[in-house]
This record gives sequence, structure tokens and C-alpha cells, in this order.
Amino acid sequence: MSIRGKACIAGVYEHPTRKAPDKSVAQLHAEVALGALKDAGLTKDDVDGYFCAGDAPGVGATSMIEYMNLKVRHLDSTDTGGSSYLVHVSHAAQAIALGKCDVALVTLAGRPRSEGMATGTTPRMRDPNQPDFQWEFPYSLTNVAGYGMCAMRHMHEFGTTSEQLAWIKVAASHHAQHNPNAMLPEVVTVEEVVSSPILADPLHRLDCCVISDGGGAVIVTRPEIARSLGRPLVKVIGAGEAEKHTAGGDVDLTYSGAVWSGPAAFAEAGVTPADIKYASIYDSFTITVLMQIEDLGFCEKGQGGRFVADGNLISGVGKLPFNTDGGGLCNNHPANRGGMTKIIEAVRQLRGEAHPAVQVKNCDLALAQGTGLQLGARHGSATLILERE
Amino acid sequence: MMQAADRKIAAPIVNVETEPFWKAAAEGRFLIKRCTDCGKPHWYPRAVCPFCMSAATVWEEASGRGTIYSYSVARRAPEPYAVAYVTLEEGPTMLTNVVDCDLDALAFGQAVVVTFKPSDGGYPVPMFRPA
Repeated sequence: MSIRGKACIAGVYEHPTRKAPDKSVAQLHAEVALGALKDAGLTKDDVDGYFCAGDAPGVGATSMIEYMNLKVRHLDSTDTGGSSYLVHVSHAAQAIALGKCDVALVTLAGRPRSEGMATGTTPRMRDPNQPDFQWEFPYSLTNVAGYGMCAMRHMHEFGTTSEQLAWIKVAASHHAQHNPNAMLPEVVTVEEVVSSPILADPLHRLDCCVISDGGGAVIVTRPEIARSLGRPLVKVIGAGEAEKHTAGGDVDLTYSGAVWSGPAAFAEAGVTPADIKYASIYDSFTITVLMQIEDLGFCEKGQGGRFVADGNLISGVGKLPFNTDGGGLCNNHPANRGGMTKIIEAVRQLRGEAHPAVQVKNCDLALAQGTGLQLGARHGSATLILERE
Repeated sequence: MMQAADRKIAAPIVNVETEPFWKAAAEGRFLIKRCTDCGKPHWYPRAVCPFCMSAATVWEEASGRGTIYSYSVARRAPEPYAVAYVTLEEGPTMLTNVVDCDLDALAFGQAVVVTFKPSDGGYPVPMFRPA
């Protein structure tokens, strides 16, 4: 049993806003839902499955189902942080394959920027009953310091440099210059990245993603329905999910959960990293990208620094065009969760609807990869492989 | 050279499962949990062993010695501080802070020893300083 080819992404929508002080979170969810339905050529009444994560206000999926007045026969509020939406597409494909729903709506939205969240540099309060949180809170583990420890160890073991990490930001900025909605549309240089202030060793301000309001949505449906809608057909052909954590104290910061979710997705799809024409790679920080690229098998472990250097991730220049919308590093990281926009740009590439300056030629096979929560502690990894028919 | 300054440390969140750890910390003793069925120590401390799921876990006083596995200095904080993973002599690796140190002179594999820092209205928190 496999989900290979059992479901298609028929609609995608990225909210154009990057700052939404005048909108509620529920309103943003509904706006992106409508955008994706319009993109697919479907209506609210066609939706019989709904998927959301912890950014959706209320209890699980229930509050948003009521707000949007949906009638569903399948729902899922799996939360793996920023990678949730890739998991949702996989779960939606499973549900569709089993006949549990026909049209699945996945939404993400939030407004951390309007709410003034210091997302990376302030330890976030969480549920005091969360067992791991109790052992991190007194030590002021911030997002950037957690990812920083991964980068420090990677540098120590493999000789990775700040300049190599900077190339990831530089590549994203080359793409963002063509995106009118990007928060940071200016092209930056390696020198500019490494001379920006260090927030937590060894990560500079420009190694970090943006903090933005907004959101996005996707529609997953049966191939027969997708085919009837007259849009380019984007099939889900492989998916993998995994959780990596501190394993009772057996901590190894040199790899991410993509070492498990990646091979699972490639095996299901029956393709290899060398076949991938475009990759959306989760980019909360530059080190996140580098580790996932290694763990997905685009290069050997420890060679990620060399792989990403010298423009190898720039569309039309390098071997692995990535995040051609500018990614979380330059374009958008709505609700502090970058997984949705990873799916959306992969679908744009497969449809041939990316900006012409960054569109990958003959892009018929794409990968989207997410890593949610804290790379340096516990995180959810999810990999999707998508194919244009 | 950037000397780590004393900073305000949030009071630990304590519950029935973890209270013995914090009470011991108040007495200057650093505890870890070990499973008496599989014999393995673990971190963070749990009532149920994360390796074999046995409920036969016991507190034991650890040596308080370890080495730095990785670290990152939060430089934009009002009082810069070092977050680190320290591998304890007993085996498990734990998240902590390295304190009473030159933040610019930390190193991989550096030997550290436990020290207790007062928290803001709660139990003291075990941290590590250069040995």
C-alpha cells in the first residue's frame, strides 16, 4: 500500500501580506482557504477534509471548522511545528487513498510580526507540563542558540564555515529580488551576511529567517477531481515523516530527522536525489538548510558547506535550485512556520508558475522538506516528493 | 574576552515527578536518573526509563563532571550567556549553561563541573563552569 499517485495538489495560495495588524488569525486562515479554493476552481462546499496545526486558533481543527462553516468527514490537527503542513499533505493523501475524504483543505496563518514576537531570541513560554520544556526553560534556550549549537558542532566536526552558510542566504536573496511580496528583496553578499551582528554563535542576523504575518493554504484531492479542474496536475508520489529528539541523553547534533523522512519519501516515489529538479528546503536558519541537504542525500554528510557554496542553490546557476520564492530567509515565514510556503513554491515550479527569472526548465519532479520545532532538541521532519504529470 | 555575568535565571518548573531533583539541588547535590532494570542512566530525568520503559528508575548522585559537546553564546541578550550540551561523566548529554567563564574561551571537549546558581524565586539550578 502506498500513496504514490493517489492524490494531487490542486490548489495553492500564499497570502500576499507580510504584516497584518488589521486582521485576526482566524480571518487570515479563512482568507488563505478561499485563495487556495479559488486557485483550484473549487468552493467551500467541496471541502470534506480539513487539516491544521497549532497556529490555528482554538481547539485542534474544531474552531476553524466552525469559523469557516465547513462540513467535514475527516480532520487532522497533527502539529510538528513548521513541518506540520507537509505532514498534512501526506496524511491527506492517505485519507484520500482510503476514501475518507475527497477534497482536503490545509491552512496555516499567524501574525507574530504584528504581535511583536521576538521569535528567535526570546525563550518562548510553553505548557509547563511539557516534560522537556522544564529542563530547558531555566537555561534560556532560544531558537537561535539551539540552531547555533548545531552549526557550532557541524563546523567543529566537518570544517563548515560561516561563509559557506552565508551562501544559502545569498542564494535565497537572488531569488527574492524577483518576488514583489518578499520581505527582504535586496540581493546580499557573503560579506554582508558574515558582517551582520551575531545573535548566537555562529549565527548572524542574516543567517536567520524573517518574522512575518500571513499564511498559506493547499488543496489536496483525488486525481480524477484534480484532472477535471484543468490545472497542471501535481501528484503526491512520496512522503516521509520522522521525529528526532534527545533520545534519553544520546544527543547527536550533526544530523536532522531528514535522514529518516527523506529515504522513506524517495523509496515511496521510486526516485533518487539526483532526479530532483527543484527543492524547497526548510530555512528557519541557514544551518537548517545545510543539514537537510546532507540528510536528504543531495551530498555526503559533512560536505554540505562545499555543496551550497558558490551559488549552487541559485536557479539557473547551480545544480540544486532551492526556495525560488526567496524562502523563509528572505520572503516569508508566516506564523514562524515555514512548511506551507515550501509546498506552495514547489507546486508553482511544477506548474511552471514560478517567476520567469527563477523558473526551473522542464521542472517535472520537486521535493519539499520541512523541519519543525527545534533542530537542536526535538523536531519533526517531513519530506514530500511531487511530480507533474 | 567576554566574562559571563550573573543573570536572572527563571525559577524551574517543578512537578511531582521531578521534585526530588530540585530538592537535592537546594542541598547542592546533582542527581540523575538510572534504570535498575536495564542499568542505563538517562537525561532528562523520568519516572519511566526511556530505553526499556521500566518504572524501576532511581535517583542517584552524579559526579557533576562532564565535557562540552556543543555550545552557543547568545550575544544579543542583555547579559550574554552560553547555552551548551554537556556530556556527563555517567554518559547522558544534557542541555545547560556554562557559567563563571570567559565566553570567548569555551571549547569542544572542555572539562566542566557542576555549580548551582540561584533562580528567581525558586530552587537553584545546576549549571556548569570550567573545571
